[in-house]
Amino acid sequence: MSQTQQLEDFVTQVRRDILRQVHAVNSGHPGGSLGCAEFFTALYQEIMDYDTKFDMDGKNEDLFFLSNGHISPVFYSVLARSGFFSVEELNTFRKINSRLQGHPTTHEGLPGIRVASGSLGQGMSVAIGAAQTKKLNNDEHLVYSLHGDGELQEGQNWEAIMYAAANKVDNLISTVDLNGQQIDGSTDTVLPLGNLKDKFEAFGWDVLEIQKGNDIEAVIKGLQEAKTRTGKGKPVCILLHTVMGNGVDFMMHTHAWHGKAPNDEQLETGLSQNPETLGDY
Amino acid sequence: MKKYTDTGKKDTRSGFGAGLEELGKTNENVVALCADLTGSLKMDAFKENHPERFFQVGIAEANMMGMAAGMTIGGKIPFTGTFANFSTGRVYDQIRQSIAYSNKNVKICASHAGLTLGEDGATHQILEDLGLMKMLPGMTVINTCDYNQTKAATLAIAEHEGPVYLRFGRPKVANFTEEDQKFEIGKAVQLTEGKDVTIIATGHLVWEALQAAEELEKENISAEVINIHTIKPLDKEAILKSVKKTGCVVTAEEHNYLGGLGESVARVLAENNPAPQEFVATQDTFGESGNPLELLDKYGLNAKAIQQKVEKVLKRK
Repeated sequence: MSQTQQLEDFVTQVRRDILRQVHAVNSGHPGGSLGCAEFFTALYQEIMDYDTKFDMDGKNEDLFFLSNGHISPVFYSVLARSGFFSVEELNTFRKINSRLQGHPTTHEGLPGIRVASGSLGQGMSVAIGAAQTKKLNNDEHLVYSLHGDGELQEGQNWEAIMYAAANKVDNLISTVDLNGQQIDGSTDTVLPLGNLKDKFEAFGWDVLEIQKGNDIEAVIKGLQEAKTRTGKGKPVCILLHTVMGNGVDFMMHTHAWHGKAPNDEQLETGLSQNPETLGDY
Repeated sequence: MKKYTDTGKKDTRSGFGAGLEELGKTNENVVALCADLTGSLKMDAFKENHPERFFQVGIAEANMMGMAAGMTIGGKIPFTGTFANFSTGRVYDQIRQSIAYSNKNVKICASHAGLTLGEDGATHQILEDLGLMKMLPGMTVINTCDYNQTKAATLAIAEHEGPVYLRFGRPKVANFTEEDQKFEIGKAVQLTEGKDVTIIATGHLVWEALQAAEELEKENISAEVINIHTIKPLDKEAILKSVKKTGCVVTAEEHNYLGGLGESVARVLAENNPAPQEFVATQDTFGESGNPLELLDKYGLNAKAIQQKVEKVLKRK
């Protein structure tokens, strides 16, 4: 089996995990999660150098911060299937006494989660702080972060964007999930973001775009390109063009599934479009 | 009654600056972040001696709090510096999610708290910060009374694992606690021994409480003055032990009576040993411009006000 096929199988299983997690508790955020399945898979299966002892001290390994914490189903699935905790634990998603809170938290001690997120707009600041500590520790590893596009409406992001460029935080790769959707509708109807490439560049970032954000090979190539641009005096931004709800036909190209779980019938349809590959939890 | 001497007026924020400067030399993991108030927070010495560990974030407090949270990952101990208003109310959600809920080892150091900020007026005079911060699970909340205590507290919080809110102020006030004292987080300091009334004070009002106790002694009223520098966790045992003896209490703080030290003391008493209590605090109001001493007098936050509340609480015993 080719390596690409293996990664595509991984992505397919992650999509199943997402649908099954949110269906089981009739809550959660499948749309954005599905759109980022390839990104998370690329990051944790190909790109990041992380400590497989999972001791979480944050030293001498790449770090990832999820700022738009509501897409926790994809994060949990990829962490579990990358060995951070058992895949069976996905059964506890959003249930009482679980480490898999609706929005990710360090409070319950879940390996892989380094800060709580959910209240939007805070993750880039945290990622910058972690990147600065890496520099102080002479640790050459990189810091990655992911942000929703609608999330950029939060002002704190722009404080962080300004700071990172002014202070040459060039060991940071921040990705924006450009799916064009938010809860109330498209980003263009709610509050248009304008030209994000121009905006990041005007603030002093090195920006690259991944046009095919749901093509695993394109995502890996883009992330590898981003890595080559680190260490050159500028923070790096990836504009990742994705389709919300990708891989489940009735969830695609709409904000309707931002925060809504499928019913039994919809689940079956979604799963039939994504046959089991690595084994369900 | 034990008497205390003012060894020369000094601002508590300079105590913070001195403590931070010392930490710069003794603890290489300490880093400092400031939102364009380096001089006001007395962080210049740290900045000059350790430029690689000083982070000027500009007028962007939300980003500062998030960065501080991130800097703990990999072992740094961040101290953030700005005014109390911008250290709490302005960035409450950032502190709540990225620092408190995430249990990050960040030290939020807040100057210019309360009315004694003075002429800048109510926009900058936060009187709600103790309440905001003590409501956050896991947050340690400290309000120091003079230069020496503030310096000692600054050193102590670096050794404490977990988020801390350290509150101090702008004006020069009496410096009367011991130099190079040992600061124990969560441990009350009994300043005078008395039998008629307990006065529990924090921050700038501790010196005022001592002045009030001296005046009361002239009226043959014996006041036990306790300095609670740590609002949370609160030293319940010290409070209960004293009030059991005296049978009544006056609390004194430069803060709204809603949410402050007084309410924390009232809860401890209500649960264990109900006793008459009077509150020296602002009465659910904003402040205003004026010089600090005039403001403390107008809003009833000085030795005279404490004395009056003691006379009132004694009648309720």
